[in-house]
Amino acid sequence: MDIHDLIPLAEALIFAADGPIKAERMAEALDVPLADIREAIEALEVDYAERPRGFFLQEVAGGYQLRTRPEYADYLRKLGRSRPFRFSRPALESLAIIAYRQPVTRSEIEYLRGVDSGSVLKTLLEKRLVRILGKKDVPGKPMIYGTTREFLELFGLPDLSSLPTLSEFSELAPDTETEALMESLPLLVDGEETGTQDGEAGTRDE
Amino acid sequence: MSGYDIHLENFEGPLDLLLHLIKKNEMDISDIPIAAITAQYLGILDAMKTLNLDIAGEFLLMAATLLHIKSKMLLPRSYEDDAEEEEEDPRAELVRRLLEYQKYKDVSETLEAGPMLGRDLFARAAPEPEVLEEAETGFVAVGLFDLLAALRDVLEEKPEELVHEVNLEQLSVTDRINAILTELQGKESVAFLDLFSDGIRRSEVIVTFLALLELVKMRMVRFMQNTHHGTIWLFPSVPIDETEELEVGEDSLGYT
Repeated sequence: MDIHDLIPLAEALIFAADGPIKAERMAEALDVPLADIREAIEALEVDYAERPRGFFLQEVAGGYQLRTRPEYADYLRKLGRSRPFRFSRPALESLAIIAYRQPVTRSEIEYLRGVDSGSVLKTLLEKRLVRILGKKDVPGKPMIYGTTREFLELFGLPDLSSLPTLSEFSELAPDTETEALMESLPLLVDGEETGTQDGEAGTRDE
Repeated sequence: MSGYDIHLENFEGPLDLLLHLIKKNEMDISDIPIAAITAQYLGILDAMKTLNLDIAGEFLLMAATLLHIKSKMLLPRSYEDDAEEEEEDPRAELVRRLLEYQKYKDVSETLEAGPMLGRDLFARAAPEPEVLEEAETGFVAVGLFDLLAALRDVLEEKPEELVHEVNLEQLSVTDRINAILTELQGKESVAFLDLFSDGIRRSEVIVTFLALLELVKMRMVRFMQNTHHGTIWLFPSVPIDETEELEVGEDSLGYT
């Protein structure tokens, strides 16, 4: 099939799909080589980007989906057609930990956050952003959690490797970190007396 | 007590509170003045006597950790070469946890700030097609009692076997789970009763039922029915072939 015929066809498939549609699935449905579909998708992407459209083609969750441009969000929200996800900070933090550390157990999440995360985890499961991947083969067989396709769709990520990079700040290798600590460790802990008398004296200065 | 404008409920947890104190005092995270921060931390706990008890527990645990580190730091350090090398800074683990926590806190803010479907971007299809599908087909989730009634119906057809045969049977729930998943593959749904074919034994009924419960617990399948006491259908939560692709291996992220 000629690529110029394929472009509108691919567009039709993407438009009609009820979620992000994979290039492989489109190639199969149209019975054309995958490379051709990819070429058509690329052409569409360029086309949407260059023309003044209300939507664009986004690669998300392994597939492609037409989505409205973020600059029109205010107007679209006025339509009131959506119930946007409202994230609490605990939910977002837990979700981030699960996304980057999956497969991860609840106790690992709780160690990282320093607080009980059971109810947050339940909410994330209910919102289908997180799912149980299975059980860890350690005593107690704890559940291990990972993110879902819905998670990728929500944040508009093509796949998990597209998650934003974690800040370099903490990327010190444990060894250098400890070494630096050892060097900077004062033999006599001076200057701390001022802060230790009682809690109130220590903070009132601020 | 009135000098504090800090409210504990604003903090995610003890790590968050510690990070806040470190930033506010412009402390060096790799060289935290442990006595000063412990004093401030305890001061805040003091000022907030009316706490949610559940939260307080975690904050108190951190207070104990801080005091423990502080006491370790006050102990005279050995000047012998070998001893010095083995000893780790008592603060090291806390620092690692704080840095790790900071990392996820930062990235969760980045995620939140980015464009989100249903908030900043909208797709033509509803964000939760599952809900729509239920509304259209009129299916409702099956309650516990209907499920138990269905099991009872199946079991009633399989009377206790009054035989003394000793069979070496290998019935595993895991095998049944896999069998059910295979059954569901490529299908939209399977009727509950179809999973209990005629020749099936009582013990197999139980194993199958347990397998179903596991699947529901793992959110792999959902039980739905048209009306109460109607036929129970088993729906895969996600198309089975897609589940495979979504499986996340330990190495696939590149983080360890």
